[in-house]
Amino acid sequence: MSKSKAPAKDGKLKIAIDPVSRIEGHLKAEVTVKDGKVVDAWLSGGMYRGFENILVGRDPRDAAQLTQRLCGVCPTAHSTASCLALDDACDVKLTTNGRVTRNLIFGANYLQSHILHFYHLAALDFVRGPGKAPFVPRFDHPDLRLDEKTNAVAVDQYIKALEVRRVCHEMVALFGGKMPHISGQVVGGTTEIPTKEKLAEYASRFKEVRKFIAETYLPTVYLIGSVYKDLFSIGGGYKNCMSYGVFPMDDEGENVLLKSGVYIEGKDSKFDPALIKEYVKYSWFKDSCSDLHPSEGKTIPDIHKEGAYSFVKASRYNKKPVEVGPLARMWIHNPELSDIGKKQLKDLYGIKAVKFRDLGEDMAFSLMGRHVARAEEALIVADAINDTWLKDVKPGEDTFVESKIPATGEGIGFTEAPRGSLLHYVNIKDSKVANYQLMPATLWNTNPRDDMGQRGPVEEALIGCPVPDTGSPVDISRIIRSFDP
Amino acid sequence: MSLTRRDFVKLCTGTVAGFGVSQMFNPSIVQALEKFVPHVFWIQGQGCTGCSVSLLNSVHPSIAKVLLDVITLDFHPTIMGSEGEMAWGHMTDVAKEQKGKYIMIFEGSVPVAENGHYCILGEKDHKEYTMLETTIEMAKNAALVVNVGTCAAYGGIPAAEGNVTEATSVTKVLADNGIKTPVVNIPGCPPHPDWMVGTLVVAINAIEENGLEGGLGEVVKLLDDEGRPTPFFGENIHDNCPYLDKFDEDAYSKVFTDKDNCRYELGCKGPSANADCFKRKWNGGVNWCVENAVCLGCVEPGFPDEMSPFYEAG
Ligand code: SF4
Ligand code: SF4
Repeated sequence: MSKSKAPAKDGKLKIAIDPVSRIEGHLKAEVTVKDGKVVDAWLSGGMYRGFENILVGRDPRDAAQLTQRLCGVCPTAHSTASCLALDDACDVKLTTNGRVTRNLIFGANYLQSHILHFYHLAALDFVRGPGKAPFVPRFDHPDLRLDEKTNAVAVDQYIKALEVRRVCHEMVALFGGKMPHISGQVVGGTTEIPTKEKLAEYASRFKEVRKFIAETYLPTVYLIGSVYKDLFSIGGGYKNCMSYGVFPMDDEGENVLLKSGVYIEGKDSKFDPALIKEYVKYSWFKDSCSDLHPSEGKTIPDIHKEGAYSFVKASRYNKKPVEVGPLARMWIHNPELSDIGKKQLKDLYGIKAVKFRDLGEDMAFSLMGRHVARAEEALIVADAINDTWLKDVKPGEDTFVESKIPATGEGIGFTEAPRGSLLHYVNIKDSKVANYQLMPATLWNTNPRDDMGQRGPVEEALIGCPVPDTGSPVDISRIIRSFDP
Repeated sequence: MSLTRRDFVKLCTGTVAGFGVSQMFNPSIVQALEKFVPHVFWIQGQGCTGCSVSLLNSVHPSIAKVLLDVITLDFHPTIMGSEGEMAWGHMTDVAKEQKGKYIMIFEGSVPVAENGHYCILGEKDHKEYTMLETTIEMAKNAALVVNVGTCAAYGGIPAAEGNVTEATSVTKVLADNGIKTPVVNIPGCPPHPDWMVGTLVVAINAIEENGLEGGLGEVVKLLDDEGRPTPFFGENIHDNCPYLDKFDEDAYSKVFTDKDNCRYELGCKGPSANADCFKRKWNGGVNWCVENAVCLGCVEPGFPDEMSPFYEAG
């Protein structure tokens, strides 16, 4: 029972969930419920570490190591963004093998992150776990609908998935050194020239992982979705999204596996980096940090600020809140759905769909739509590993180019973490970091209101969420977790 | 049976064959394990969840076995089923019931500036609980405090120069507040899963064999001056490195991709790092930092400031 209820006013009730569990980090959700539905929402990031301040004055190369420690689930994403920013600042061009091994490292972590998210962070929203801590206690009315047999299969998958995600980490480590927190990605490329033996080890592990994604993870997501069909119509939010694009497919950086773009109010447009800004009216940072592009970004905490309620800044694209993550990438790239997806959509849902957008805006932008997008994406990344990168990689060929940190310079790195758009910006003076700004994916999604008063994407997605029992507000956390915060 | 003899021996010896079982890990004591299943609470301060994610990589025993048989994990923000007040209330209720008997695990450092408000963990009855306050409360009544990761053990990156939150280690918070509960540090950014599971298993065994007080005494005897269990942190990386000969010959790699020589000039901090990575290796034994690039000295109290710049010879 959630007892954190303020007295009812105008038939309205306030509920707080703190901590929101099974996410990376510290998050609190507060909502107002009226007539069994959420009518307003506030998301609060409860932790500040101050990486930006810690990075100032350091050797810029240290940034790729230090910033990885922002997130233990996707350190490779920070390593990638940081190295891209440093590559930019040092003006280096990767070798083909450097580019491809980076994809092999990052791709393997995509798979581990998506599997971890669905099975170990989200699945307990739909599956009854073993009757022992940490799986119990649960809300009194958890709305768990799987029949006993399906539930038992799902629990077996939970255990099996622990193993599969561990194998993904082994794939990362083969070229990345170790996981979590890799040593093998540096400015100028990667540190390990792939041997035939190591590639064979990677490929044999990969086979098991691909099989799990194609034959277990993906069909299970569709199956669970068919039991919870109503969850395809809640949690939509603004239906605005953005992707920087990810996984370079050629050395010129012209082609990427998942393309970049912006989708706002039903219109597609090209991504323009100049339109990104951060706002802090409702965040615990000095007002002078507001309305700035990351290249001018400032991060000065102001913990006593009146009206503020989060350590997260409000990131905006052209002043609009945009969702980032697998759903955003699938919507913008609009790939053909997997065969299993097409078949299950027909058999279980009665829907004829070929490409992702055939799901329609309403179904795709939803709690369940995000899980489907993530699973479909996992297979796309797995197939790129198999069909492209493992073929393009040349055993014995160099993965690293030497470079020098300039006395002054700046660099910007755009990538897509498994959970969404990630930007690192570095400014170098006297060969040291003068300013470093970070815009992680979670912050794009879980931010608070901006200076214009608009809610963050997850806050907006919570509006309309049904709360039939305020003691068991299951759908609130389900919506939040669907974003993989 | 909660843990097989084979699992246990593997855990202690690491993944490289030919290294004997440490004397402290006599496998004959493992049978006792099935009886004592301690209640464990795991809270996260200023960290990155990397220690938790690394724990999930445990192979011998598997993490599923650890969760289902070896311990009762009553609170863990990243994997527990419950949330909000229900989760918080469960933790405080079980802690009351298990006073003096539970194991408290901390991941992440503790910011003490602004009364701890840079890290809020949860809320109950409209009151917010900070990491600072919760650390003190939960450690006070624990049988044993285990700090996983360099942040909890020594402050780590959140406590590095330039930080504005006055982040510090759990160890220091406890000392400053006169808390006498025995503390084990399992540093590493993150720690190897074997170090975490191995230490828990050793502690559980020792308590099984010698009762709570006697067992804790045995555990404390294993610790070095930095509070780390010597079976995992008792050897220096450089002194045991496969490239030591090259170091002695002054044969240094000039680029990361040169795997034939010593990495000292690329910034390797192996000489100031004490851990068994050189024999245990990482992720099922497929690799480790030095073979791949350089050691950052992530298990040391001086990480990261004393180890940086990471890519310059120290
Ligand atoms: S590689 Fe590092 S640990 Fe190994 S000998 Fe050289 S300096 Fe020492
Ligand atoms: S080799 Fe060094 S940096 Fe790597 S885990 Fe071991 S102590 Fe940490």
